[in-house]
Amino acid sequence: MRYSALSILSQALSGNTGWKPVWREPDPKEHYDVIVVGGGGHGLSTAYYLAKEFGVTKVAVVEKGWLGSGNIGRNTTIIRSNYLLPGNEPFYELSMKLWEGLEQDFNYNAMVSQRGIVNLFHSDSQRDAYARRGNAMVMAGADAELLDEDGVRRLCPFLDFDNARFPIRGGLVQKRGGTARHDAVAWGYARGADSRGVDIIQNCEVTGFDIKNGVCKGVVTSKGRIKADKVAVCVAGSSSRVMAAAGMRLPIESHVLQAFVSEGLKPVLPGVITFGAGHFYISQSDKGGLVFGGDIDGYNTYAQRGNLPVVEDVCEGGMAVMPMIGRARLLRMWGGVMDMSMDGSPFIDKTDINGLYFNGGWCYGGFKATPASGYCYAHLIARGEPHPVATEFRLDRFRRGHIIDEKGAGAQPNLH
Amino acid sequence: MIIDHPLLGPRDAAEFVILGDASLINRPDPEAADAEERFYEYVYLRDNPAGLHRELWYHEQGDRSWLVVTRNTLTHEIAKVELARGIAVNLASASKKKAGRKGGSA
Repeated sequence: MRYSALSILSQALSGNTGWKPVWREPDPKEHYDVIVVGGGGHGLSTAYYLAKEFGVTKVAVVEKGWLGSGNIGRNTTIIRSNYLLPGNEPFYELSMKLWEGLEQDFNYNAMVSQRGIVNLFHSDSQRDAYARRGNAMVMAGADAELLDEDGVRRLCPFLDFDNARFPIRGGLVQKRGGTARHDAVAWGYARGADSRGVDIIQNCEVTGFDIKNGVCKGVVTSKGRIKADKVAVCVAGSSSRVMAAAGMRLPIESHVLQAFVSEGLKPVLPGVITFGAGHFYISQSDKGGLVFGGDIDGYNTYAQRGNLPVVEDVCEGGMAVMPMIGRARLLRMWGGVMDMSMDGSPFIDKTDINGLYFNGGWCYGGFKATPASGYCYAHLIARGEPHPVATEFRLDRFRRGHIIDEKGAGAQPNLH
Repeated sequence: MIIDHPLLGPRDAAEFVILGDASLINRPDPEAADAEERFYEYVYLRDNPAGLHRELWYHEQGDRSWLVVTRNTLTHEIAKVELARGIAVNLASASKKKAGRKGGSA
């Protein structure tokens, strides 16, 4: 069923009794062309684009829990393409373009809201760095605008401009950035994939791979063995655990990132604001809650919960840039487990095992990448070669010395 | 998290910074024939287990000692805390003995 004003009206008149489940719950078949391991945003978008753009429809998405139960359900929903490096920026810009057409494309309301993102700067050197970043963005076809202090004052008059330690001198704005409704992104992709014949198999954990003589011929799951020509792993947060079953060690550590939501308030924030001196970012959801976060906890964890020192650190960052949030009450907080890669950049690559593909290492930037990650991964799986904007996301880039170190922090996952 | 420092007793984890996997103590031999490959693995690849994990914590806002903390990455429970120095000294003397047996140069 396609959603339209007419379908909503006719449902309203018939008491909303005609809505059908948005995807099926099939049993696994014996064999697929492609098995996507992981039913999160990236896994579902991979299956969607495989079916829609590349004509591969004998696809299964195998998910250990329920659909979208991983990081797509545990983030701060920001979309943007304000990257610097040539290995990154064109990729995230493709993602931004896909976001802009997403709802029309999969006929589902993902509440993509391009309300803009402003990265504040506090010193001359930081301004120069942001000017350079803005130029890199424009050269890659994205939009960027450098605001001086007055420009930021007009946009966000409530910020603490005269903070003694970190006075706000201006900001880099990407007006096309914003937020999207994270769960609806997963549901929209699931529906779009399902309607094109993709089997979405929930509550089915992959416990091993069927690898013989360096060729991957399927997966071992809690619902039995499933054969496939190609197996595409896409389980960010659990990448090390799952790929260890295939005998691989990865340049990845798992860390937790906490996020927070305040009580619902009247509209106060025009868009997304990031504090350049501390690590703090904030936006306002359509329900009115202030959604914010900061640094990762910084040590290996799979616990999906954080510790109090980072809560304090994030709140200090918030108070430094935007003292008025001190009056808002915190409603809830949560932690997501992320693959922190050694250079802070992701992987979309084949592995040394024939027929086994890997997508992961998204650090805490995976949500904005959801459409392009799926698109480029599907391209790699279907065509056997990387998409032009994802050629640098290789697993062997550390061995070759071609790291994509956006933050310049070196091989220290907890600093990215 | 509370880290039970072997010399100073229980301390808040916020006093520490973490370096990562404790296997980083065991630096490969730069003179070895396969040094390039081993340094690539040493610098970039990690086991990243879900469960017990040995890691290096530096008591930056305390006595500036390095500790090896054995911690459960699923529960944040700390099973064991040791001084990294003791472990490093043992490692060095073990590798010296090994080199001696092989008749390698000092």
